[in-house]
Amino acid sequence: MTTLGRLSAKKGSATDFIAKYGLYCVFILLVLIMTLSHSAFLTIPNVRNILLQVSINGILAVGMTMVIVTGGIDLSAGSMLAFAGVVATSIAHPGQSFPLAIVIGLFMGFLLGAVNGFLVAYGRIVPFIVTLGMTTIARGMALTYANGRPIINLMPSFKFLGQGTICYVPVPVLFLFLALAVGYVILNKSVLGRYLLATGGNEDAAIASGVSTKKVKFFAYSFMGLMCGLSSILLAGRTNAGAPNAGVGYELDAIAAVVVGGASLTGGRGTIAGTLMGVLIIGVIQNGLDILNVSSYIQLIVKGLIIISAVWMDQKSNK
Amino acid sequence: MDRPDQYLLRMEGITKTFPGVTALDNVTLRVQPGTVHTIMGENGAGKSTLMKVLSGSYPADKGTVFFDGEQVEFNSSNDALRHGISMIHQELSIIPDMTVADNIYLGHAPSSFGMVNDKKLMEMTTALFDKLGIDPIPPKTRMRELSIARMQMVEIAKAASFESKIIIMDEPTSAISEKEVEVLFNIIRELKAKGTAIIYISHKMDEIFQISDYITVLRDGKYVDTKPASELDNDKLVKMMVGRDLTEMFKRTPAPLGDTVLEVRNLTRFGKFYNVNLSLRKGEILGITGLIGAGRTEVAEAIFGIWPADSGEILVHGRHVNVRRPIDAINNGIAFLTEDRKRQGLFLGLSVKRNVSICKIRELSRMNIVDVRNERVVCRQYVESLRIKTPSIATKVRSLSGGNQQKALIARWLLMEPDILILDEPTRGIDVGAKQEIYALIDKLTRDGKAVILISSEMPEVISMCDRIIVMNQGEAKKELTHGFTQEDIMHHAANFESIRRTVK
Repeated sequence: MTTLGRLSAKKGSATDFIAKYGLYCVFILLVLIMTLSHSAFLTIPNVRNILLQVSINGILAVGMTMVIVTGGIDLSAGSMLAFAGVVATSIAHPGQSFPLAIVIGLFMGFLLGAVNGFLVAYGRIVPFIVTLGMTTIARGMALTYANGRPIINLMPSFKFLGQGTICYVPVPVLFLFLALAVGYVILNKSVLGRYLLATGGNEDAAIASGVSTKKVKFFAYSFMGLMCGLSSILLAGRTNAGAPNAGVGYELDAIAAVVVGGASLTGGRGTIAGTLMGVLIIGVIQNGLDILNVSSYIQLIVKGLIIISAVWMDQKSNK
Repeated sequence: MDRPDQYLLRMEGITKTFPGVTALDNVTLRVQPGTVHTIMGENGAGKSTLMKVLSGSYPADKGTVFFDGEQVEFNSSNDALRHGISMIHQELSIIPDMTVADNIYLGHAPSSFGMVNDKKLMEMTTALFDKLGIDPIPPKTRMRELSIARMQMVEIAKAASFESKIIIMDEPTSAISEKEVEVLFNIIRELKAKGTAIIYISHKMDEIFQISDYITVLRDGKYVDTKPASELDNDKLVKMMVGRDLTEMFKRTPAPLGDTVLEVRNLTRFGKFYNVNLSLRKGEILGITGLIGAGRTEVAEAIFGIWPADSGEILVHGRHVNVRRPIDAINNGIAFLTEDRKRQGLFLGLSVKRNVSICKIRELSRMNIVDVRNERVVCRQYVESLRIKTPSIATKVRSLSGGNQQKALIARWLLMEPDILILDEPTRGIDVGAKQEIYALIDKLTRDGKAVILISSEMPEVISMCDRIIVMNQGEAKKELTHGFTQEDIMHHAANFESIRRTVK
């Protein structure tokens, strides 16, 4: 009932506007500030650079959005990425099958995600615990599989995935667009998207409406895993290696982007457009601070402040 | 004789609106010290909102509050508490893992230099129970180990521990036994003698006449009147509350009965209900009633597959069906409007449209992609035909009034065109106007050939709307009443032996 009370205070179109488009305003404002601060910011090479920098986090954030709207969380994304990466690169040496390496990489990500999904949905274990466990399991598997050393000497086509461009657009950026498009269709247009939001919004009501919330959750975590598989290939291609210690902390960046994008960690609220904004806002700030030669230590502090203040503002305008 | 200073509390012209609803409209409440002042009204009449305004949970839009001779405006329940107004909420607000003593003195424990004096705390707790005449509960017991009734007693003791001038009690007897009601009433008399005023909210008529000095009636958020309890009786009070004859309220045009659409044989879920048999025909309204905990909702949950039965058979249109999950029931044309709107029904953060379309969304899609335009058209149609009051179908369902939320849920189920509707307490907590509309709707549905199971605790509702009634008692379908049933018939079968004696007495 208290929310009702707060709602009554929300009148006038100005607050409505901020609630709806605040994120976009923040993004535009940021771009404006950066453009005015440094002439190198709003140039085609730099925009291309920003997109490349955010591509991996963006792809993971799309997966994370699916998980978070169901009211869950995935802390194991970085580790799953590392495992999928070492397995994929281990069969991606010159002369080996390119498509097989890709498929295996994607599949390994999917598989670990599916294990998460199975344990959350059918084992009824709290997502935080399941994926916390998976964080060390997947990391351990990656280190064991790769004997603790990066796997190098990759085939050229694999490198192309990380470093190549098509029509001046870096390949990872193209995959980011693809992931965003798929995520958008699923969450905004499909029946499954309705079920994802319903499951996170009120699981009991979703069950009573005939939604198989178990399948829905299983999907969300499996999809997250698949996104980890995709990211692992792009990252390995970019760094010329499948590193068992790759991706440490990536899940937190993805969660940050999703949350900055307006999703609720309790579930039921979140959009792909918002997540994209979250990814870009974090990316632009990072890039801008780089250009302005701000030390990377200070950048960490700024990033944390951004995350907290974004969520704080979102709560203010949405309640 | 009506002097302002004779009142401990005066609330004048209180108005409070929520989006889409006027919860309180120019309401007056005047309470004298040392009296029990009952506030009566149907669900949705505004009792709880008025109390929340008084206790500082909500700010009023308009109106003034005078307390103890001064004009006051409380910003929080803590603020109200410090001024001497405490409240016992309908839902228990306890901390299960803390001890009884800690719960009672939370926020005002005896302490020095920030350290709680545990020994004194225990002594004070024991003394408090003693003073109030409550069966002493060991102060170090953890709350979660207590029965609901004992928890309620602790809550009452907690309210008394503040030595407040006014104690608000919102349905304090809903979870406690007859013996404990006696204890509660003794506590109330004790408090009254010391000049404490009690604002009492309850639906139980016999209790109200037993304990009240004054009764204020609210209806649809408006003030009706305040009378000494001695000048009122049951009928007068009901008339004040409802404000119209009950016959206008309910509409039941008997529909021609068709084939049996649902049959349940020997349905059992251990610990909840046993060997329940029922049948339902096209065009019929079958009532299931009984006391809380008699197993009514559980039977419905079993039929709908939320919590499947352990044994027994369910036949839909004469065919055996295996209902393990709600989707199985839905596929067999069964809809279930759950008792708890917020917990099992609504997606509060989603739009009206999405709330309405969720069960039908597959059919509104092509290749798993939702046909948004079609969805909009269908939802608009139902929003209009059920007269759901909402600014648009994109409005979040959270901001609708209870009645309109309920109608949105009914729309959800009607969208899938079920043959059988199970409605569990469909009018709980909604205002009179919306109630009437829902009754008319149920009536119309049966004429359109649907079969309805109506689960309800409200006797007038069951009696006026149902063609047949099954009375459940402690998990058994005790009695099936076919025609000419009265409240006495139903209560006779619903109550266990102890409460029958109580009614007779």
